[in-house]
Amino acid sequence: MSLHRVSAAFMPLTDSAILVAAAALGFAEQEGIVLSLTRENSWANVRDRMAVRHFDVAHLLAPMPIAFNLGLSPLAFNVITPMALGLGGNAITVSGSLYELMQKARTSNVLHPAAVGLALKTVILDELTFKSRKITFAVVHPHSVHNFELRYWLAACGINPDADVDIVIVPPPLMPDALAAGHIDGFCVGEPWNSIAAQNGIGVIATVKAAIWKSSPEKVLGVSKIWADQQPQALAALVRALYHAAKWCGDHENHTELARLLALPAYLNCPADVIESALTGKFKNADGSVLDVTDFFVPFARAATFPWQSHALWLYSQMVRWGHVKHSAANADLALKSYRPDIYRAALKPLNVALPGANSKVEGALTAATAVGASAGGLVLGPDGFFDGAVFDPALIDAYISNQRA
Amino acid sequence: MVDEDAVRASIIEAGLRASGHNQVTIVHDLNGIARRIAEVGPDVIIIDLQNPNRDMLENLFQLSRAVQRPIAMFVDRSDKASMEAAIEAGVSAYVVNGLAENRIKPILDMAVSRFNAYSRMARELAEAKSELENRKIIDRAKGLLMKSRQLDEAAAYNLLRTTAMNQNRTIADIAQSLIVAAGLLEQ
Repeated sequence: MSLHRVSAAFMPLTDSAILVAAAALGFAEQEGIVLSLTRENSWANVRDRMAVRHFDVAHLLAPMPIAFNLGLSPLAFNVITPMALGLGGNAITVSGSLYELMQKARTSNVLHPAAVGLALKTVILDELTFKSRKITFAVVHPHSVHNFELRYWLAACGINPDADVDIVIVPPPLMPDALAAGHIDGFCVGEPWNSIAAQNGIGVIATVKAAIWKSSPEKVLGVSKIWADQQPQALAALVRALYHAAKWCGDHENHTELARLLALPAYLNCPADVIESALTGKFKNADGSVLDVTDFFVPFARAATFPWQSHALWLYSQMVRWGHVKHSAANADLALKSYRPDIYRAALKPLNVALPGANSKVEGALTAATAVGASAGGLVLGPDGFFDGAVFDPALIDAYISNQRA
Repeated sequence: MVDEDAVRASIIEAGLRASGHNQVTIVHDLNGIARRIAEVGPDVIIIDLQNPNRDMLENLFQLSRAVQRPIAMFVDRSDKASMEAAIEAGVSAYVVNGLAENRIKPILDMAVSRFNAYSRMARELAEAKSELENRKIIDRAKGLLMKSRQLDEAAAYNLLRTTAMNQNRTIADIAQSLIVAAGLLEQ
């Protein structure tokens, strides 16, 4: 077997786990891939260096390849998504003082986004402090699922994300400091940054992505289109390697070892127990209480690495909603074709593993984990519901877009 | 100019001034950067690529487009070579749309060459430092040999050198091992 050299960029976040495991634990080697990882410190750097072909592939925010292909980035180049790098993984953390105000305004003490959102709305309406200044939330990038799920949550709770609050961009490692310094009142970010804020008593986890939209997309494998066209065999081998790595990452028995690996200076460079929170869904607050979240981050189960074209279209619908791009049939098609389940299917065919029967699904249709008629049998999908009970049918995207704008 | 490295920033500033650009503002602290940018009204913003705040800054530029201050990245679609050079050097530039490209290119070229010169300088400094360290280590090892084996200085150095050659290692390496071994024996 000839060796393929693949150069990949990653950001130091817990959901880089699949790429890191593939490179460090031999999954890449087994597929004849020499996978070299470079840690980057901004999404802009990842994009620029991908554009000049320093990187063949990268750990990207799911909306980024779509934004590139729609020409929304300062650089003109194309990136495809042949694979997702897991589901879930984010949380919304607020400052201790905002949390206290929200606690006074609520009746139930759960993470349910509707209850938390209602409390937040009451605080915005009633608290004098927020008559003179807006509550400020931070997200990591405009083209991030963080931005879209925060806005979706706020809007569904009757809070206008553009008028009632300010949303700013802060790089993930600076989030806890910005919250501690009072520059922001809350943030939506991936792990380990929620855990770090919670354990140090800087913030409190108010709700989680896994509750706002169950089984929702987050990071993907972004692949330079030029490279994918030139190296189809290397790409297929890489997808297989990452599939095996994802399976390993998803196994509970490996979580301690995975946390230790990610904690190394070359990767996340932070304490292993903080990283383990995201893998087990058990979060320690500064007061010692533990938050237990079902399916906080899902690296493998329920087709977590399948590049659903319905995910691409929902992300596109949010780009339209918040004014990044105008809706047209051509733009929707560009977004849809950014995701390449055909490449995923072809790459995994030799493994004879269970694959979804379709490339799109109605998001929010499954209220419970459901066994589906997959090609090799034995695949369970969902639940995949939005917390407000809305359903996204990609076949009815025009209606979805016009209703959400109303 | 947004750079957390004050020395490098002043080198770039000197370069800009030398080429006749005398309105240069250096920003180290990114708090309140939006207001600073609005006050200064820059034609070009130069930023080092190690700065994790690039995503925040790009978003600011994007937002400012809505208030008629369109800023786009200079190292753009047309000029892959200068973009490559800028990225290799670790610097990027954003410009207010409308500033003529022939005025921007020399600014970016200057920033790139000064960033490169600065890294070369930093590298040479690190090498000089380690060279000095090595010499100290070799001197100590020589001293140890002269004492324990009753050799003169030239013979002690010769022993280090031939051992290094035989083991395909550097003299400093051998000297370091010798010092560690001597330390262990003393204990």
